[in-house]
Amino acid sequence: MKKEQLLDLYYQMVLIRRVEERGAELYQAGKIGGFMHLYIGQEAVSTGLIAAREPRDRVITAYRDHGVALNCGISADEVMAELLGKATGMSKGKGGSMHMADVSKNMWGGHAIVGGHLPVAAGFAIGDQYAKNDNITICMFGDGATNIGYFHESLNLAKTWGLRVLWVCENNQYGMGTSVERASAVDEIRQKAEGYGMKNAAVDGMDVMKVYEAAKEAMDYIRKEGQPYLLEINTYRFRGHSMGDPERYRKAEEVKQWQENDPIGIFNKYLLDKKVATRKALDEIEARVEEETNKAVEFAESSPEPTMEDLYTDIYADA
Amino acid sequence: MAKITMREAISQALMEEMDRDPAVFIMGEEVGVWGGTYAVTKGFYDKYGPDRVKDTPIAENAILGGAIGAAMVGQRPIAELMTINFAFSAMDYIVNQAAKLRYMFGGQFMLPLVIRAVGGGGRQLGATHSQTPDAIFAHFPGLKVVSPGTPEDAKGLLKSAIRSNDPILFIEHATMYQVRGEVPEGEYTIPIGKSKVQREGKDLTIVTYCKGLELSMKAAEQLSKEGIEAEIVDLRTLRPLDMEPVLESFKKTNRAIVVEEGWKSYGVGSEIVSRIYEEAFDYVDAPIIRVAQKEVPLPYNRTLEQAALPQVADIVNAAKEVLK
Repeated sequence: MKKEQLLDLYYQMVLIRRVEERGAELYQAGKIGGFMHLYIGQEAVSTGLIAAREPRDRVITAYRDHGVALNCGISADEVMAELLGKATGMSKGKGGSMHMADVSKNMWGGHAIVGGHLPVAAGFAIGDQYAKNDNITICMFGDGATNIGYFHESLNLAKTWGLRVLWVCENNQYGMGTSVERASAVDEIRQKAEGYGMKNAAVDGMDVMKVYEAAKEAMDYIRKEGQPYLLEINTYRFRGHSMGDPERYRKAEEVKQWQENDPIGIFNKYLLDKKVATRKALDEIEARVEEETNKAVEFAESSPEPTMEDLYTDIYADA
Repeated sequence: MAKITMREAISQALMEEMDRDPAVFIMGEEVGVWGGTYAVTKGFYDKYGPDRVKDTPIAENAILGGAIGAAMVGQRPIAELMTINFAFSAMDYIVNQAAKLRYMFGGQFMLPLVIRAVGGGGRQLGATHSQTPDAIFAHFPGLKVVSPGTPEDAKGLLKSAIRSNDPILFIEHATMYQVRGEVPEGEYTIPIGKSKVQREGKDLTIVTYCKGLELSMKAAEQLSKEGIEAEIVDLRTLRPLDMEPVLESFKKTNRAIVVEEGWKSYGVGSEIVSRIYEEAFDYVDAPIIRVAQKEVPLPYNRTLEQAALPQVADIVNAAKEVLK
């Protein structure tokens, strides 16, 4: 990867972190409603993953979607505006935190029913297979989603029909407050792909370069073979499941231990050690992110609310 | 006008639209090699091949979720549910996905999807395979629900549904595939969301759809012999609901019954009666009566099953009651 690309990955990870930290403040201040699930700690996963895609490849994810949205090129302004429910959000304020999409950037949401978007992802690949192109659908989901029927129907169909889907399990160790070993018959999620004869791998999700390499390899296989692939990416969310999480299910020491493996810290060190960038250059990126985030908050706060007419638009395409 | 069966009408609509638009394909259980469990897609697999007539695993979430995804990225899938009872296995895709995705993402894409589903009782299939749960699906904004009662409407409405850019649940009745009716020659479509007067009369209004239409037409013939002329309004589409012809007829007759095969409680009849009371209260000369299925899961035994389902005699009796 070229220097500019590496620095761009760093910029994306810091942007996700900062946008979400500001989002959390706005949530506490009562300016953001509903559920909000932070990606903090998992930034390397979507950043490495999305960096490996071609623009024509589709991305679909679960409700922990702010980071994925930013990685796909949706602006911090739009992310913040959608969080505040403003008309300038990418879903016009109708979707909120859990439903961020911009299909012009091949980011297809933000889906809030656990596992519900997996068959839809298979459907994107059915559409692409029918159109006889070699687009890949990258479908991200949590470890919790691998215990629900949708997951199994989707993997079975993808392998049976030869659908180009990269199934990405972001294993952050907990489905809400229930740990993987308490909910899943196998601790190693990738083993579930074996039952469907599907190629699979697991990778350390705290290291963006490792994620990128693993995703690249998986996508090369999918594109060439016309077969799906399951990639398990092991990671950890530093914050609670959502904003209202008392975190009774894990110990502070465990969180602290993972935080020592901060994906941004790891990548920062990598860039310095490999002499890709000077500390000054990284500081400049952080300053740029700070400015962009401030601007996004201003943009969102000063943006108009949706109108009463908007209540009744977008229900149907035909009159 | 040619006289064809409901099965032929639906089959013709599918074939004509597949010939017209290469983005249209069919996916579902046994739609291909088998030819469809009700033989609606017989011959399709040989004509169009496995890419356009896709046999799926028995996995309703994958069928409907897959069809939704394909529709979002620009294809025009027709997903078939072998019976509407299996829709409950994939309720998420009808309720949480098809009906909501466009709205939730601010109208960024269209969802041109048809879900064909066979419903209805009367074939001794037992409680889980005999339901008429149409009203449940008509509850959700974002979805359109169509359920025709004649071959002409089935063909014209299905063609419109396939051309529509919105998700549509198209409900057929398991006992009506052999029903014959006149169908216009050549190309035609019928707009979704338009009720239709299927029989004119001056004495009372019967509001119904699908299987209820077949039963109501028979009841109307009997009533006619006794000098009672019933006007029959066929809803054809449950959502969006077109009340205009219903209200127009009611303002003329001032008396109505509503006939549906589903259960009475919280049903289509409940909605129609409410709407008449809300929008034409001053025209009401007698309490409106609902004819519907008895409040039991449908039994296997033929006699018991028929006792639970609405019959022509029930409609005749209700009509006389409302005219008292």
